[in-house]
Amino acid sequence: MQYEAIVIGVSSGGMNALKFIFSVLPSGFTTPIIIVQHLSAHSDKEWINLLNNKSNLTIKEADEKEKIETGKAYVAPSNYHLLIEKDKTFSLTIDERVNFARPSIDVLFESAADTYKNKLIGIVLTGSNTDGAKGIKRIKEYGGLAIIQDPETAESSTMPASAIAAVEPDYILSLEKIVELLIKITQTNFDGYRGKTIK
Amino acid sequence: MIREDITELEISLLLEAIYQKYEYDFRQYSKAHINRRIRNRMSLSGLEDVSQIQSKVLKDETFAHQLLQDLSITVTEMFRDQDFYRSLRENVIPILKTYPFIKIWHAGCATGEEAYSMAIILQEEGLYNRTTIYATDFNQQALNRAKEGIFSNAMMKEYTINYQLSGGKKSFSDYYTSNYDNVIMNQSLKKNIVWANHNLVTDSVFVEAHLILCRNVLIYFDNNLQNKVQKLFYEGLINGGILCLGTKRGFTVYRLF
Repeated sequence: MQYEAIVIGVSSGGMNALKFIFSVLPSGFTTPIIIVQHLSAHSDKEWINLLNNKSNLTIKEADEKEKIETGKAYVAPSNYHLLIEKDKTFSLTIDERVNFARPSIDVLFESAADTYKNKLIGIVLTGSNTDGAKGIKRIKEYGGLAIIQDPETAESSTMPASAIAAVEPDYILSLEKIVELLIKITQTNFDGYRGKTIK
Repeated sequence: MIREDITELEISLLLEAIYQKYEYDFRQYSKAHINRRIRNRMSLSGLEDVSQIQSKVLKDETFAHQLLQDLSITVTEMFRDQDFYRSLRENVIPILKTYPFIKIWHAGCATGEEAYSMAIILQEEGLYNRTTIYATDFNQQALNRAKEGIFSNAMMKEYTINYQLSGGKKSFSDYYTSNYDNVIMNQSLKKNIVWANHNLVTDSVFVEAHLILCRNVLIYFDNNLQNKVQKLFYEGLINGGILCLGTKRGFTVYRLF
């Protein structure tokens, strides 16, 4: 199984989690990563620059109609929902908030699942709300891979815990293990790993 | 054919049906967006598949009206994206000041928050008395609300921050009167705004404007439709006119010569 994209949903505590992930992922990591991080509508792009400076990958804000490329990570712009079209380009919308959030993790995950079907990896990380639970469910319904941060290792446990309540995840892992797994999955033919839920 | 492909086909038939019966054209809208709105409607109305929507939309005008509301996004804010409005003040207002009278077309104004924002800036810059703002949208229900100029008091805290960050020169509360849960915008802001029903996809140009603003509308259109609407804007501008297409925090200004 060759996974074509990774979506990550993260809320409170997310800056530290993302900093860790992107400081560890190696430069040869080609699977595109698309991220929703809940932020205030007024926040600027500075945090993306900070993340980008610490990373081997190129991390940028997703633009409307931008083509998703390998070796890049994209972040949803604040105050917009981020959707993925069938032709693997981004769409932005300003529909009402979902789970009190815009961008919403559910909105990204659901449209990513519609597009990538079983070739998608969904990851729910630290956060203090329930966004992402419905989205990770959709990813599983299409046969994608669900990875959830072990709530005990998360800065805020609510979001990963609600995701675990919504689906049977393939993996519940600490951040360190998640990164290891991502590197392993994207470098090897992966089918053999599925279903071995590591606690 | 797998189930998702059938859904996709059904959605495209549904959009065709809406166009033929009601002349609202969503056929060149972003598919991921339409797909999401239709799924939402299905789950809210307890419908199993898209074909059920199609049958209902053709026979039941109330439902059709509801679906049109679902497909047209009316979410907006006053002074949404402070950088956009700051840049408007700094870069566009000085050009507008050179004209003896000013026509502004605000395309896709939804419930009017941004047209009022524009009126506030023009008042502060001493231009409002010689300006007409044509604020248009294809959603009549949204336009009616815009015309009333009544907004939720709960939003004013956020709007005040937006206003201040965008370079506002006064106290934002000077521009409205609170009445329990709502606020009503000052009458003086409304006097030069003409609210009109206009559909960017199917209607033609009706004005020669010095400035056209169209924000967070083109994001819903596919490439072809975006190009078509941009041509419409060029036709709607005077020589030297300005087109502001703000998406995200960015600010895209085209000046036509």
